[in-house]
Amino acid sequence: MLKRLTAVACAALALGAAGAAKADISGAGATFPAPVYAKWAETYKAQTHSQLNYQAIGSGGGIKQIEAKTVDFGASDKPLKPDVLAANGLMQFPTVVGGVVPIMNLPGIKPGQIHMTGAVLGSIYLGEIKKWNDPQIAALNRGVPLPNLPITVVHRSDGSGTSFLFTTYLSMKNPTWSSKVGGNDSVQWPTGLGGKGNDGVAAFVKQTLGSIGYVEYAYAKQNHMTYALMQNKQGAFVSPDANNFAAAAGHGDWSKAPGFYLLLLDQPGAASWPITGATFILMHTQQANADTGASVLKFFDWAYKNGDAAAASLDYVTLPAPVKAMVRKAWVAQVKGPNGQPVYVSH
Amino acid sequence: MSVTDLAITDRPRPKGAAFDPVFKWVCAAAATTLLAALTGIVVLLAIGGWPALSKFGLSFFTSTDWNPVTDVFGGEGPIVGTLVTSFMALLFSLPIAFGVAVFLVEFCPRILRRPIGVAVELLAGVPSIVYGMWGLFVFAPFFATYVEVPAMSAAQPGSLLEMLTQGVPNGANILTASIVLAIMILPYMAAVLRELFLTVPVQLRESGYGMGSTTLEVVTSITLPYVRRSAVGAVMLGLGRALGETMAVTFIIGNSHTLPKSFFDSGSTIASTIANEFNEATTPMYTSALIALGFVLFLISFVVLAIARALLGSEKAV
Repeated sequence: MLKRLTAVACAALALGAAGAAKADISGAGATFPAPVYAKWAETYKAQTHSQLNYQAIGSGGGIKQIEAKTVDFGASDKPLKPDVLAANGLMQFPTVVGGVVPIMNLPGIKPGQIHMTGAVLGSIYLGEIKKWNDPQIAALNRGVPLPNLPITVVHRSDGSGTSFLFTTYLSMKNPTWSSKVGGNDSVQWPTGLGGKGNDGVAAFVKQTLGSIGYVEYAYAKQNHMTYALMQNKQGAFVSPDANNFAAAAGHGDWSKAPGFYLLLLDQPGAASWPITGATFILMHTQQANADTGASVLKFFDWAYKNGDAAAASLDYVTLPAPVKAMVRKAWVAQVKGPNGQPVYVSH
Repeated sequence: MSVTDLAITDRPRPKGAAFDPVFKWVCAAAATTLLAALTGIVVLLAIGGWPALSKFGLSFFTSTDWNPVTDVFGGEGPIVGTLVTSFMALLFSLPIAFGVAVFLVEFCPRILRRPIGVAVELLAGVPSIVYGMWGLFVFAPFFATYVEVPAMSAAQPGSLLEMLTQGVPNGANILTASIVLAIMILPYMAAVLRELFLTVPVQLRESGYGMGSTTLEVVTSITLPYVRRSAVGAVMLGLGRALGETMAVTFIIGNSHTLPKSFFDSGSTIASTIANEFNEATTPMYTSALIALGFVLFLISFVVLAIARALLGSEKAV
């Protein structure tokens, strides 16, 4: 009996060793890009037999995990500032782009019928504008039958990259918001109630007449929520869709963004959706194991080349080709193995 | 040396006797591990929460200013929210739990006893996230339409009712959270109360009936006085569970850090705040404030359970 157990244990150990040798890579972080990373990983595994384990634990968790070196890469919806990157020996690069969409529940109002500006949205979230027929909203929506309903503000209760983009955008557009609340992945909300996750916010908005909330684009689209048109930097009112996120991403000047620290909020361009943001991967610049670092970069290199269709099918916007080229250059320049040589070899 | 001593030492020791001390130590180790883990948790919570507790001092308990941007944290909202929802849940579930227990012990036909008992146990086995989903998607809309809207429309301007019912009629408030909590702690309390009622000696109850008492009289003047202390303990156990309940509350309490101003206002609890924010707490002070909240929750639960233990224990001593 004991012999048999030992044999089984040995077999298990051997299996484990074999598994480890096959270059498994592990990552953790943002929930927003988790579906596309999972899809990429699935296809990648089928083609190369390399396994990617990604834990969607949230952006903050991803940053903590990569700083603690428990994973090969971290993922965050919130880019780290260049000085923070340098202090932690990290580099970051964008993978996909998404948008945050204001959604509402108003009787008799169709999707896209309400026009909104960042400043007014800020006043609503500050609790300064309390009714839907407020003159400030009416001025943007002439001819729209705005009901005399109190506005119920819905926000995320958990810290999230979605909230980071949304509150940072409000800070840019509304000075009172900027001084009183600020932009962060969780803030002290002046008013309203918090739903857990995108689905929590969507549920509260669906259930509350006169409510307004914000969710990631995929949620707004899949749940057929009533969304608002937002005014962008050029003064045009644009609808939240993939083309307009791509427009914003295309106007982002990554070449002037050290460490790829770039928020795609309020970008110029007639079609740019104003609340757009990229999601990022974090890696150590000094890779203790060159093979692991190379495997991670190989995966994302593969995803840049072959993953666009999969990303688009999941309502993500992919990066323009010049940006991908810039990222590849950064890999060569920044991610080094123990011998000081770049771990990434372009194919 | 006497004959009997010789007989004992000469007898061969049973085969397994050598293992007995080992067994004893293994058991002792298991018990001390538990104790050590508990102590470790308390110590770690205290250490982790210390930066926040020392920086904000008393204002951590008296301020509702919870601002992750400026790194200023006051936990009054979640702390009060925890106490209010838990006690309200207790208030709702106690009469029902009592009714279930009395029915099962005094009135229930034998054939129904098992089905009802099983139903109560099943209710206890439902994972709390399921209660949360049910609360958010089923109960909250129902409550909003059939309770909140009528109550708010019936309230006269300036009346007490208006004050108590102000808020947003969407079912995400401290009252619905308390009701869902009440449903969750109900099976525990019903089960413990039933066990307690069964400890009342049959002779006592039978003599009550023999003297011509009604069931109500037997329950109020024999059963209840007999189990009085332990019953308080049972209630406290239910309270302990309500205090720490996380996911179900997170879904339907509305998650705002202010003090709830009415029954239909949203609030937060310590457990829901930690569940919501711990993942994304990026600054050390933020993490520390959440751990400090955890420490406070631990203290509250500890006090509640200590009172429960004391009351349950004193019953046995009598």
